[in-house]
Amino acid sequence: MIPGSFDYVVANSVPEAVSLLQQHGDEAKILAGGQSLIPLLRFRLAGPSILIDINRIGGLEYIQETDGTLHIGALTREADLDNSSLIRDRYPILLDTSSMVADPVVRNWATVGGNIAHADPANDHPATMLAVGARVVAVGPAGERIIPIEEFFTDSTFETTLRPDEILTELRIPAPTERSGGAYFKLERKVGDYAIAGVAAYITLDDNGQVNYAGIGLTNVGPVPIKARDAEQFLLGKSLDDASIHQAADLAAAAAQPTSDTRGPVEYKRAMVRTLAVRALRKALARATGGK
Amino acid sequence: MSTHHISVTINGTIYEGDVDSRMLLVHWIRDGLRLTGTHIGCDTSACGACTILVDGKATKSCTMFAVQADGRQIMTVEGLEQNDKLHPLQEGFHEKHALQCGYCTPGMMMTSLALLQRNPNPSEHEIRVGISGNLCRCTGYVNIVKAIQYAADKMQASEQVPVTAGEGGE
Repeated sequence: MIPGSFDYVVANSVPEAVSLLQQHGDEAKILAGGQSLIPLLRFRLAGPSILIDINRIGGLEYIQETDGTLHIGALTREADLDNSSLIRDRYPILLDTSSMVADPVVRNWATVGGNIAHADPANDHPATMLAVGARVVAVGPAGERIIPIEEFFTDSTFETTLRPDEILTELRIPAPTERSGGAYFKLERKVGDYAIAGVAAYITLDDNGQVNYAGIGLTNVGPVPIKARDAEQFLLGKSLDDASIHQAADLAAAAAQPTSDTRGPVEYKRAMVRTLAVRALRKALARATGGK
Repeated sequence: MSTHHISVTINGTIYEGDVDSRMLLVHWIRDGLRLTGTHIGCDTSACGACTILVDGKATKSCTMFAVQADGRQIMTVEGLEQNDKLHPLQEGFHEKHALQCGYCTPGMMMTSLALLQRNPNPSEHEIRVGISGNLCRCTGYVNIVKAIQYAADKMQASEQVPVTAGEGGE
C-alpha cells in the first residue's frame, strides 16, 4: 500500500520543528518513530500535506532521574526503556508497559513521546502515564509549557491539548518514594496486537500503610485513555487488602466504556478490566512493600 | 510531493537515487535497487518479513520511508553471505530445517542477527521474545529457535578461535 502524496522535511532542532509547524499548521504531522503514523498513511487514514521528520534532532533521546523527577526525552525509543537498568530497577511499571508495546522490532523505532502524542486509546503508555501522574513538556513559539497528563488527552479520540504549533519534547514522572509501586497488565490476543484491555495502577502508602496516592489508567476500553477516578478516590486512606482491591477493581471496571468488536463483547472486556485491575493493584502493593 | 536525493550504504555499497517522499524503504530496496531478498509480507507492520538492519537496529522496512534512510548504514539478507561462505545463521537455518516456504526467512534471519549482536548467548525464552515480531506460518518456530541457537554457538566458537586457525585446513 502506498501513501498519498506529501512533502517531507527534516527538522534539525526543536525550534526548527516549531517554526515549521507555525508555517504549516495542522496540515503538518510530526514524524517520530513512525510506527503508528506510517501505517496510518499507508491505509490513507491520515493525509497530511507535509511530514516534519524529527528523528535527526539530537538530544531528545534520554532517560534520566534528577531532583526527584524522571525525565524521558520524547524521542526515546521503547527499546531504550526495555534495556534501561534505571527503568528496570526504579520504574518497573514503565518496563511492564514498554515491553508490551507492539513487538521488539517495532520498539526499535517507536518512541515514548509518539505513543503519548498520538493519543490512541489503544496505546499502552497513556494509561501508565495517567496512573503515575506524569507531566508533558510541550514547546511552542512562546516557549515551554507543562501539561498535567490528565489535561493532555481530551474527550475526543486521537485528540490532545497540544496546539498545532507545539511539539511534545519530554515526559516527567515523579520519582518513586520509599513506599510506592506500580504495575501495568495488558491482555492481548497475540504479540503486536492492541490490548483487549489494559490496566495501569500506581500507589503510594503512608507510614501506616494506608494509600495516600492512587492512580489507575485503562487501555483500549473507551474512546480515549481513561483515568478511573472513582477507583482512585475510593482507595485514598484505605489499606490495600483483598476487599479494598476488589472494590477498587469493580469501580475501575465501571469506569470502562468498551465497545464490542473482534477482541470481544462489552461484558467480557469489562470483566477483564476488573481482573487486570486486581492483578495490577496486587503487584503495585507488592512492589510498594519491597517485592518485585 | 517532494523528491529527494538520497545516498545509503547497503551491505557496504553506496547506493544513490532520487526518491519521492512517500516511497517506502522496502519498495526502494526491492524495486529500485533490485535487492529482492527482502520480502514484503503483510504490508501492515505486523509480520516482519521486510526486516533489515538500519544503523544496526532491526527495522521493518515497510514502516520507514526511503528518504529517512539517507546517510544511514543498512544491511539486508544479501549481506549475510561473505566470500561465498554462508553466515552461521544461514547455515543454521539450513542445518536445522528452519524454513519451509522460506517467505519469512530473510526477515527472521535479520532480526536474529540483531538479537545475537546484542545478546550473543540468548536463552530459548530470549530468542522467542526476540523473534516475536516476525511471523512464520510454516514451521511452528521450533526449528527456527534451534537454528538461532546453532548460529549463536557457532558465532561464539569462531570468536574464541584465532582468525588464522581456520584457514588453509581441510
